[in-house]
Amino acid sequence: MKNVSTDRADILNRMKSVISEQLEADVASLTEKTSFVDDLGADSLAVVELVLAMEEAFGVAIPDDEAENLRTIGDAVDYVVAHAGSGGKAKAKAS
Amino acid sequence: MNRRVVVTGVGAVSPCGPDVASTWAGVVEGRSGIRAITAFDTAEYASKIAGQCWDFQPETVIPKRDLRTMDRFIQLALVASDETMRGAGIAEDAPIKLRTGTLVGVGIGGLASIENMTRTLAEKGPNRITPYFIPSTISNLAPGQVSMRFGLRGPSFTHTSACSSGAHAIGEAFRAIVRGDMDACVAGGAEAAITPLGVAGFAAMRALSKRNDAPARASRPWDVDRDGFVIAEGAGLVFLEERDHAVKRGATIHAEIVGYGASADAYHLTQPAPEGEGAQRAMRAALADANLDASAIDYVNAHGTSTPTGDLLEVEGIRSVFGAHAAKGLWVSSTKSVTGHLLGAAGGLEAVLSVLALREGIAPGTINLDNPEPSLQGLDLVPHESRRRKLGYVLSNSFGFGGTNAVLVFAKA
Repeated sequence: MKNVSTDRADILNRMKSVISEQLEADVASLTEKTSFVDDLGADSLAVVELVLAMEEAFGVAIPDDEAENLRTIGDAVDYVVAHAGSGGKAKAKAS
Repeated sequence: MNRRVVVTGVGAVSPCGPDVASTWAGVVEGRSGIRAITAFDTAEYASKIAGQCWDFQPETVIPKRDLRTMDRFIQLALVASDETMRGAGIAEDAPIKLRTGTLVGVGIGGLASIENMTRTLAEKGPNRITPYFIPSTISNLAPGQVSMRFGLRGPSFTHTSACSSGAHAIGEAFRAIVRGDMDACVAGGAEAAITPLGVAGFAAMRALSKRNDAPARASRPWDVDRDGFVIAEGAGLVFLEERDHAVKRGATIHAEIVGYGASADAYHLTQPAPEGEGAQRAMRAALADANLDASAIDYVNAHGTSTPTGDLLEVEGIRSVFGAHAAKGLWVSSTKSVTGHLLGAAGGLEAVLSVLALREGIAPGTINLDNPEPSLQGLDLVPHESRRRKLGYVLSNSFGFGGTNAVLVFAKA
């Protein structure tokens, strides 16, 4: 990852592409309200995998107790905006 | 009265092709599936050739989203099971699915996943391990995924016996149906161990051919110039079904499975026992189980891996079991000369090939057998070309490291 942008619209777009890649969802169908479990059919393992992918993509650490609260795309974007640059802790590497 | 068991579906993915038809055509026409390895950089490896499943496209059967949840050996099993189930023609709501088992043998398991995650663990730490690592790696997720995909709710587990895993799985499925534990079963083997660690490991045992300059000629069972087996990957599955059930629903019956024998050499890590003693007992047990005299067998699909010692000991065993018949009338060939050695999947694929041999009346030839070992004179190893004749009974040998043996006998339907 070249730079950590905190621009919300930019993060939303990149979040959608991460989710689209992970859960095989059409980017155009994704909104801030889209729920990983209810709308995209992610099971508990898929959610863990998705959180790993978010950590990689955005260079943030997302501890388990925080991850539990990330139910929609909007939740995840809010989290990234608030914690951008915290990646050192999780040793997340840009891929 | 004993329950009888027939084969009503077959499925395969092999170096010769991604389904049964292409695999059978490749084997019968003697088109080697062996090429230079592309799965990884082999610069430092003594053996640089393999039978990869070159035309395998898992995404045609498995949703892309699910691919990362399973190692390649599971993907191979799933794709082969799709063909097996389509061929068997079991209806979506058929009650037999409640009593259909899934026994897919696997020799090694998710080696690629283990290698990748070991690297991730070392480079990025434990928090970067994917939650799919374990379900991707453990062997019984091959039959487990098959059971989930098709709603098959009978017993589901994996037999592991190195290169006889697939044959043991089919033999044990046969037994379980005769016993009444299940009425049908998707049985066979799957394997995907053409990885840096897998090839390095077998190479360390000096088990692999180093004929890197002529891959198609490297797997040459019983030839004086053979120098080891060629590692391959794939899956071979059969749909075994209780005969009355198959007849009642008007299923196409490809062949009947009539005998199974298993034994241990109790001798050495990798070398077969002298005179192929353990193999002999497994062959005799399978013939006794089928209530057949050895002279009834028309064709033996041999284990024949192209290793210097194993090839000779298997034939010693065959000669001892078949006596005069071995020198007159019996055909023995190794389809590994074409496919390479699919390890845990080999017994599954060779069961499929044995079933097709019976159905089509064709014994596949042993390619690359330019100069047979002098000591094998008198035995018909079906060199080079496949041959046609009516086959009544076929016996298939599978042996594994650890001195484990499994033998299956199939009859023409």
